[in-house]
Amino acid sequence: MDLNYSAEELAFRDEVREFLREELPTDLSDAVREGRSIGKEGHERWHSILNARGWLAPNWPRAYGGCAWNAVQRHIFEEECCRAHAPRIVPFGLTMLGPVLQKFGSDAQRDYFLPRILSGEHWWCQGYSEPGAGSDLASLRTRAVRDGDHYVVNGQKTWTTLGQYANWIFCLVRTDPDAKQQEGISFLLIDMDTPGIEVRPIILLDGTHEVNEVWFTDVRVPVENLVGEENQGWTYAKYLLTHERTNIAGVGFSQAGLDAVKRLARQQMHRGRPLAESPHFAARLAQVEIDLMAMATTNLRIISAAAAGQAPGVESSMLKVKGTEIRQEINDLARRAAGAYALPFASEALEGDNSNLAQPEGTSAVSAQYFNNRKLSIFGGSNEIQKNIIAKVKLGGRT
Amino acid sequence: MNFQLSEERQMMQDSLRRFLADRYSAAQRDESVSNAIGFAPQIWAQLADLGILGALLPEDVGGYGGKGFDLSTVFEELGRAGVVEPVLDTAVLCGTLLASDPQGKGAALIEGLIAGNVQLAFAHGEVNSRYERLWVETRASAYGDDIVLIGRKSVIVNAAGADHLIVSARESGDTDDREGLSLFLVDTKAEGLQMRSSALMAGGCAAEIDFDNLRIPSSARIGPAGGASEMIEAALAAAEVALAAETLGAMETATQLTMDYLGTRQQFGRPIGSFQALQHRVADMLIELEQARSAVINAAGHLEEQPAVRDRHIAAARNLIARAGRKIAEEAIQLHGGIAMTAEYELAHFAKRIILAEHRFGDADTQLERFIDLSAA
Repeated sequence: MDLNYSAEELAFRDEVREFLREELPTDLSDAVREGRSIGKEGHERWHSILNARGWLAPNWPRAYGGCAWNAVQRHIFEEECCRAHAPRIVPFGLTMLGPVLQKFGSDAQRDYFLPRILSGEHWWCQGYSEPGAGSDLASLRTRAVRDGDHYVVNGQKTWTTLGQYANWIFCLVRTDPDAKQQEGISFLLIDMDTPGIEVRPIILLDGTHEVNEVWFTDVRVPVENLVGEENQGWTYAKYLLTHERTNIAGVGFSQAGLDAVKRLARQQMHRGRPLAESPHFAARLAQVEIDLMAMATTNLRIISAAAAGQAPGVESSMLKVKGTEIRQEINDLARRAAGAYALPFASEALEGDNSNLAQPEGTSAVSAQYFNNRKLSIFGGSNEIQKNIIAKVKLGGRT
Repeated sequence: MNFQLSEERQMMQDSLRRFLADRYSAAQRDESVSNAIGFAPQIWAQLADLGILGALLPEDVGGYGGKGFDLSTVFEELGRAGVVEPVLDTAVLCGTLLASDPQGKGAALIEGLIAGNVQLAFAHGEVNSRYERLWVETRASAYGDDIVLIGRKSVIVNAAGADHLIVSARESGDTDDREGLSLFLVDTKAEGLQMRSSALMAGGCAAEIDFDNLRIPSSARIGPAGGASEMIEAALAAAEVALAAETLGAMETATQLTMDYLGTRQQFGRPIGSFQALQHRVADMLIELEQARSAVINAAGHLEEQPAVRDRHIAAARNLIARAGRKIAEEAIQLHGGIAMTAEYELAHFAKRIILAEHRFGDADTQLERFIDLSAA
């Protein structure tokens, strides 16, 4: 047992730190720290900075322009990015679709799409969930019917994150309505400029626009945009979801969030003393920090095993549940720390300008983030679905 | 022992519930929220016509209620319907302050208030006060027959829509002394008053207010000079009973919406409410809801007791409702799934109301500390 990083890993961490110190624009890190949106331009700027360094695709093989980092290196990179308040890498092209094309795509698809993901020419979004297919994703009903050398797509996707910025969408569609649910699904790549696609915003409870509905009416998609084989899409979808669940623990987010709560608790006064000195608040803070310390080590145990070539099993479901619980608890502490300053609806703060507000530093986005991050235990396979997976695997055969 | 509402209160509850079911749709709430002052004047007028404002004030000032159970009956209904109109601030907080002035200076304002013609806000909280009840740094200094106010008030709910503020300020003593506090009635359009208002996450508005040498006649003082602490504590006690009941009402609606949704939402070929794991969680919500209901009854039933007894029961109720409310709001969102994250679906408003109620007058920890202090006394 050795809980410390090796000398090589420490050297790599220093390299990442130096890069972030030199290259991360302060307007972006300020926005991330304060919980403001950085918009399409901000994401694209950060992606191009990472791409210039060759660090935009940590999990891709070198042959496709990736870093080919192992699990420990990826973890160090993510942890340092969170600590520096770097914007997250928008995952849809890089983390989700890229690996699917690399494993199941045609040569032509790989040659065409992968470089355009890195360059930012294509902004991808994910067409998985539907109004009637959430936790039960395999019940999706968007239809694709073959017509000559095209598929004709009709249906509706929902919860399409940042779909308002995207020019391509990867979709699960039903190509065989008579097959068993999971066997009639195909994986299609669709140009969002195709006639018949309409993107409608969904405004979330904190006033933000980050998700959308995407409607398809007689959308003609060339058959060469089918990934792999027809009716085998569920296999690819599941492969993608295992990649969606990397960094599922969100240790870096929790650590940054905890630091922010501590700063706030030192500023906010409670009975004439800093809130941080209140025994009740200090106890809440300590409790979540204790949970985070253990969860961070669970995360490292799994990363270390993955770096040694073991595929993670139910552990990633466990990390999803515990990781999101901890992040939500930290969001809850932040709103508590803000006192009455959690009440204002600082929508200006979310989009940039908060000059009109008399809020103490670090309080303007706390309740918006608390409400917004209730999504963490709902999306990416709800925590209930994760518990089903854990129970099925561990309890299977006994009941 | 009798846990039935009196006949008068039952009638009030029925008529208010009918009115709100008819008139206070989600669309009406959106309209109220989107107004720059955070409420709809026509709804306010109708609440006054129904006698709701008068029911919150005692008979000796022209009202016809003002007891703990009057407050809890009215506010449970307002919370159930998600009413954002500032009944709590104008009628309960400020109405109670005015009604408790031994000289009766507020009589004309109360008459206007009950008729629905007056809006008020209690300018009490400050940047460093957090939830302390008597923490006031704003100073009031006498210059001949005038008083000059200097200081800043923070997150003052309903200030933007108010005709007058009731301002707490210190005429003597240290920041958190019981003695030395006074209350002043100030026109919101007075010179030397600066206000920056912002909308609130759960509806309504609040403002930061600066008093830059604001000069008022000493006749603007309400209550005894330097002796307003008990009036302030009594008004906050009434407001906390009202807010506890309002939160209970919102928790009822959040639970109801969740049960209805579990019965209709289909996944894996059946209603999700047929899954036992989710059924148990709804059962937990219902258990917490009954705890909250009893906590409100305890608080309302002790509002007329002596301050230490009153405040101990109120601290208990608000601590319990903060905990039960968080559980119900978070579970309601989680059991719904994605749809509960949308602004359009009605649960969003109720969840925000429940959670953010904790940020007025004291969160769970503050109420716990009060309860411990009052239990030791």
